[in-house]
Amino acid sequence: MLKRKDLLGIQDISREEILEILDTAESFQEVSTRPIKKVPTLRGKTIINLFFEASTRTRTSFEIAGKRLSADVVNISASTSSISKGETLIDTARTLDAMAADCVVIRHSASGAPHTLSRLTHASIINGGDGAHEHPTQALLDAYIIRKRKGRLNDLKVAIIGDIAHSRVARSNVHLLTKFGTQVWLCSAPTLMPPGVEKIVCDRSEFLHVTHSMDQAVKQADVVMMLRVQFERMSESFFPSVREYFRYYGLTRERAERAKPDVIIMHPGPINRGVEIATDVADGPYSVILDQVSAGVAVRMAILFLLLGS
Amino acid sequence: MDLVVKNGRLVDPARKVDAVADIVIRSGKIQSIGSATVPEIPVFDATGLIVAPGFFDIHVHLREPGTEEAETIATGGSAAVAGGFTAVAAMPNTKPPNDDPSITHYIISEARRSSPARVFPIGAITKEQKGETLAEIGEMFEAGIVGISDDGKPVMDARLFRRALEYAGMFDMPVIQHCEDLHLAKDGVMHEGVYSTRLGLKGIPAAAEETMVSRDLILAEMTGSKYHVAHLSTRRSLERVREAKSRGLRVTAEVTPHHFTLTDSAVADYDTNAKMNPPLRSSDDLAAIVEGISDGTIDAIASDHAPHHVNVKMLEFDRAAFGITGLETAVGLALTKLPLSITRLIELFSINPQKIMKVVPWGLFEGSDADLTILDLNRTWTFDVNQSRSRSRNSPFYGWPMKGKAVGTIVGGKVVFQDRA
Repeated sequence: MLKRKDLLGIQDISREEILEILDTAESFQEVSTRPIKKVPTLRGKTIINLFFEASTRTRTSFEIAGKRLSADVVNISASTSSISKGETLIDTARTLDAMAADCVVIRHSASGAPHTLSRLTHASIINGGDGAHEHPTQALLDAYIIRKRKGRLNDLKVAIIGDIAHSRVARSNVHLLTKFGTQVWLCSAPTLMPPGVEKIVCDRSEFLHVTHSMDQAVKQADVVMMLRVQFERMSESFFPSVREYFRYYGLTRERAERAKPDVIIMHPGPINRGVEIATDVADGPYSVILDQVSAGVAVRMAILFLLLGS
Repeated sequence: MDLVVKNGRLVDPARKVDAVADIVIRSGKIQSIGSATVPEIPVFDATGLIVAPGFFDIHVHLREPGTEEAETIATGGSAAVAGGFTAVAAMPNTKPPNDDPSITHYIISEARRSSPARVFPIGAITKEQKGETLAEIGEMFEAGIVGISDDGKPVMDARLFRRALEYAGMFDMPVIQHCEDLHLAKDGVMHEGVYSTRLGLKGIPAAAEETMVSRDLILAEMTGSKYHVAHLSTRRSLERVREAKSRGLRVTAEVTPHHFTLTDSAVADYDTNAKMNPPLRSSDDLAAIVEGISDGTIDAIASDHAPHHVNVKMLEFDRAAFGITGLETAVGLALTKLPLSITRLIELFSINPQKIMKVVPWGLFEGSDADLTILDLNRTWTFDVNQSRSRSRNSPFYGWPMKGKAVGTIVGGKVVFQDRA
């Protein structure tokens, strides 16, 4: 069991906690292969999915994970709630707490919104993605796949390529992978590389590298993680055109072949085909994109169980 | 008002005064300084205390008219005297803004009626602070403004800012700029750097301030007018101001206490009381500011007192209002955190602010208005935001231990605040 109320980010959780989550996820993976995909572990617990941003996979994944553990899962999305009537996050939090929810999974466009919520509620808060800050459950499911396919989380070369500036997935993965001593290469145009990023892991900076050359990032990589270009968060001009972006940072078959022969290609989704990844690569033999989605359910079951189980 | 301030150490760097003596005040003015026994009038015993010319905070937001739920001229004035300030300069971003002599008149008359501190209004540079056309600067000057600024809304149009400098030059008033290139700073909520990247918050680069300081200094040189940099916050801004001063430009600069006590690391927990503009900067910027205070590049310490109702602060970090209160903590923080002589401190809080705003000077001389700040350098205390006289509670300094405090504030011979141990 995790000795914490919330899961707000990877930055402040330990390697031991991460391994406990991954090990537990392995035992839950089997549940999803049964004809009756349900265990009674969290019967009587109430989980609220509070999503202020559109989401298909994360919200559905949490909903399925909760239901497979027999918890009651309620989904709230911003457009159908009092939030559209002007209620503040704080009042929403207090309202949900008054209904005695055991857990709130929150996704919000403002970085730190889960932290604000956490200070005001008794319920466990799980960060389902906050602004450009963290997306811890995504990094955990990515680690689950990497460990399964590579047998370890240390001494690998992982290239994370694309819109780093707007990516909470990149930040959570950087925190997680450098904790285990894997070499992480961040790659994007300088305009999409947030300032000071090479120092965000403090004492683990030796494991973090920054480049704008995709060839350098991909060369001999064990894992290539492509990020979506987040057009919806862009209020200024970061690159001239999609065409030019793809020329420098699109993952083509030719580029993928510069990585190790057993490279795995990952993407947190949703993918923009032809923007950051070519269709034949996304659907090709190295791609583990759909495995990530399946692992997501098991990893989220593990997190819910370890936070809420008794 | 009549009063004898007895046996204090009188320090007035402008008049080269530093001696233990008594001050006799008659009808609100200093009648004599020396050794006095005047049995018929009340005594303020200042034994062991510093008696200084009244402190003047040249950058505060009193929120009246328009946002009285956050502060009023009365409550802001009360917080000012509790922090040791006998006078404040009120920024014009009220609702409506002080861009018109009728608003200036209102602020002055309301201050006379309700504020224990003197209030000097600052007028807007442009109508409605929109940065489009000049406000009625001359009429506001005649109504009593001491400077002009579109504080919070920097004048982005260089041509218009040139005209503002030229026009204000006619009245020899300072043009005060909140330096921030709005394109570079767009959507930013904290200093751009490692912390903003780690927290996933949009950054306001130091360059947003520095490019505007640089531009403005060139325009100030071109026009020869008085130019004042509000709440300077970065090393490169400081270097530009230092260079401009060395060439004799009529340039002055202020810093806030939060920029010499806190860095962007204070945002780590998404504390909205660490959200202000200019944002808390890096530790290197902080070190530069402390140097600038010591070497004279910085002329004044001003609080940028920016009260906000809890409703606009207790929000997601992105959505929360910029700004913190500061009137009651400024002097304590300076005494606690800065390695300064008492004379330098008094220059920063009283002598230079008076010169920058070109007010009728006050000080420790016969005939002056009896506006005095009395300091206990040894008083240890802790700031309790719940006891604040401000109507707002948005301070990051709650619970901070301090050494040194204003323990008496006298305006026009009247003891408007005292805190005797």
